[in-house]
Amino acid sequence: MESSELKRSKDSVNSCESARRSSFPDEVLERVLSLLKSHRDRSSVSLVCKDWYNAERWSRTHVFIGNCYSVSPEIVARRFPRIRSVTLKGKPRFSDFNLVPENWGADIHAWLVVFAAEYPFLEELRLKRMAISDESLEFLAVSFPNFKALSLLSCDGFSTNGLAAIATHCKNLTELDIQENGIDDIGGSWLSCFPESFTTLEVLNFANLTSDINFDALEKLVGRCKSMRVLKLNRSVSLEQLQRLLVNAPQLAELGTGLFSQELTIREYEELESALSNCKNMHTLSGLWDATGIYLPALYLACTHLTFLNLSYAALQSVELAKLLAHCPQLKRLWVLDTVEDKGLEAVGLNCPLLEELRVFPADPFDDEIVHGVTEAGFVAVSFGCPRLHYVLYFCRQMTNAAVATIVQNCPDFTHFRLCIMNPGQPDYLTNEPMDEAFGAVVRTCTKLQRLSVSGLLTDLTFEYIGRYAKNLETLSVAFAGRSDWGMQCVLGGCPKLRKLEIRDCPFGNAALLSGLEKYESMRSLWMSACNVTMNGCRLLAREMPWLNVEVMKEDGSDDSQADKVYVYRSIAGPRRDAPPSVLTL
Amino acid sequence: MSTPLEHDYIGLAETSSMERSSEKLSSSSSSSIPSIEDKTSKTANDTCLNLKETELRLGLPGSQSPERKLSLFGQDLETNDKSNGFAGSSPLKNLVSGAKRGFSDAIDGSNGKWVFSMNGKSDVELAKGAALASPRVGLDSKTNSQQAKTSASVMKEVVGVPQSPKPVQDKNNLVPPVNDHAIAPASKAQVVGWPPIRSFRKNSMASNLAKNSDEGAGCLYVKVSMDGAPYLRKVDLKTYNNYMEFSSALEKMFSCFTIGQCNSSGLPARDGLSESRLMDLLHGSEYVLTYEDKDGDWMLVGDVPWEMFTDSCRRLRIMKGSEAIGLAPRAMEKCKNQN
Repeated sequence: MESSELKRSKDSVNSCESARRSSFPDEVLERVLSLLKSHRDRSSVSLVCKDWYNAERWSRTHVFIGNCYSVSPEIVARRFPRIRSVTLKGKPRFSDFNLVPENWGADIHAWLVVFAAEYPFLEELRLKRMAISDESLEFLAVSFPNFKALSLLSCDGFSTNGLAAIATHCKNLTELDIQENGIDDIGGSWLSCFPESFTTLEVLNFANLTSDINFDALEKLVGRCKSMRVLKLNRSVSLEQLQRLLVNAPQLAELGTGLFSQELTIREYEELESALSNCKNMHTLSGLWDATGIYLPALYLACTHLTFLNLSYAALQSVELAKLLAHCPQLKRLWVLDTVEDKGLEAVGLNCPLLEELRVFPADPFDDEIVHGVTEAGFVAVSFGCPRLHYVLYFCRQMTNAAVATIVQNCPDFTHFRLCIMNPGQPDYLTNEPMDEAFGAVVRTCTKLQRLSVSGLLTDLTFEYIGRYAKNLETLSVAFAGRSDWGMQCVLGGCPKLRKLEIRDCPFGNAALLSGLEKYESMRSLWMSACNVTMNGCRLLAREMPWLNVEVMKEDGSDDSQADKVYVYRSIAGPRRDAPPSVLTL
Repeated sequence: MSTPLEHDYIGLAETSSMERSSEKLSSSSSSSIPSIEDKTSKTANDTCLNLKETELRLGLPGSQSPERKLSLFGQDLETNDKSNGFAGSSPLKNLVSGAKRGFSDAIDGSNGKWVFSMNGKSDVELAKGAALASPRVGLDSKTNSQQAKTSASVMKEVVGVPQSPKPVQDKNNLVPPVNDHAIAPASKAQVVGWPPIRSFRKNSMASNLAKNSDEGAGCLYVKVSMDGAPYLRKVDLKTYNNYMEFSSALEKMFSCFTIGQCNSSGLPARDGLSESRLMDLLHGSEYVLTYEDKDGDWMLVGDVPWEMFTDSCRRLRIMKGSEAIGLAPRAMEKCKNQN
């Protein structure tokens, strides 16, 4: 702390002179800027002048790093001395789908070591797609006495032992949020590691762990943490146990149930219903594993003020969903499985006029002989009933250009349009034409579009449309699409706000790759796998653009001249030194 | 189309879906994929042929041994035999020697009724293994079983092959007819990481599917195993309305095993087997009918109302009485009394 104080006084000496010219003393400027939360606004502010740059960096308490390799922990610590909260993202998004080798990198440990030295008062750490070991978690737990919030999403490399270390040592913990991770679930004893005296937990999410936990320990924990507002249980917690927990925690705002299927007596059912309806603050509901029509009615009274309902682990039928939704008039976000079929989606359109986000996941993604799931009809039905819809993730087996045109006409405010026609390269099933016009309609009509995932049979025309019309597009995901380099060139030549471009299995080659030389510096990253890019093309790119890291992941036994997987990102930290042998940095 | 013969073994009862799947798999014959396909079909065929050379085969019934020459494969692929390949044994006769025996040889062509040959066991094992492997192809390799690892790595290898730089090549070829060790109804080859679903979600859905019995619209298939029998059967619980119908159907299915048992244990062989109920037969022959319910517990069949039973039954097992201690005290007593 002392050295930074010294630095600070040096800076203020320098800026004293400029202070005579500027109208704000530093303290006031810092105070004003400390109210800025958005990291983008802060970035803009820091570019105004040197005073503002300094004021901004001294007042910043939260840093968001979208690519852990774009910067080094030392550089971060040097620039921002007063950080209390860090959000870090690591691996490329396609690692979620097993396209990135396991030992690729994005290890948190080096960051933790620097943070322990520079930010001993660190309070929050939110990680996405990072590699974390149990040793790192233990190090985290003992190095930061003020540590409050840990959130892990899509991370891997740790086990429940690491969680035990957190529970044991973090006396001020308010948030433990373990989302979908590659965690080695050894057992549930970690939960029992919270000391008896521990009362500060507000957020507890262990929904994606599978082992049984000690329910007694959980019950006591929930009982003494009076400020708990988010509780997401795992499958091992039964309905009866849920009821007991809710009786002691009616203040919950977000609830993730355990298994929603059990033989209950009438009395037990009524008690459950009552406990659920007593949660007057509940706005988010999830879990509901194996939920069937029998016990869903217990939720009806609790759903009155619900804004987010996550049914993506409950294989409901259309009728069950329709009955449930009749009680959810305030719903803004809905996640379902495609077992609800088009009829279920019609019910969504009828019952949820305020809906803003819809995600439909496939129950059976690898089996397309069964004619189930949702079609274009369901999506269209939702669009008629839910004009405020702006976020959609839709997995289906058939789609038409006309349907998509209708959908965006009904809902022109899309910001996130992610359509996955599950059979790669499938055309409009009615006309047999490519799906170009569908996505053309999307980008033309939805001027606020920030994120787009395309699918189906697509020619270069789709990408012409995207390049020409998608002025606000930031993230584009492409798979099994396009005809030639021209497609990718259109995107790189248009789309002024493009930040992330991820491409797999497309016929784009070196000419396309190299057409984006300047563009890549304004982007966070580019991913290209199973395309036609060669090592020479990558080498050329690396040579021309020193501020870009060009990494090639080699597959065993593939042609040496082909670049199977390419990951390009801007960085001020230079090429990374922790790449495994299968990753070549050019 | 003779391609289906080497790819699937279950299509025998569901031929139409098999034809559909084989249409998709055999890119040259597919009609659902647009005309671009025709230009590249030759290359597709070549690609597919190469893949076949290298692919790992489990030797499903009716399939051809890997020693087959390339030309034979080519011939098979181009044989656009649209007829129902399973209606009779004539298409099967086109298979040269070296084809593996199995269900296909045992089909009674006239009504598609299954008659298991005693070679069926290995195929059933394979089927079970394939069933385990299938939903996990392309999953996080950490969670894969050994079989799935093999198929996954072969998948990766195979998927890698068509990636040769051909700018105009229709990427539909990326889902080639490869490695169809699939559960029935056959799922087509899975591309790594597609559809883009996170591992956790895939794993939860896969484990749900593994737990639940196969459900189509209005059918509820559960496996029935019998201790000592070389293969399992599957029954559709929805086709029965009560325990009596169910037990007589089971009895018909497994009578070939129980008759022998009766005689060898010295109990009186019954006349008019068709009139006796399986329950009695089982009790008489030291067998007990049990089922695994949704919670994973093994229960005695007959305790709960029929609807509750069909709702909760995941699979059935005809157990030897000696193993059923605690489950079926009555059966044990009966045996004791008779002895």
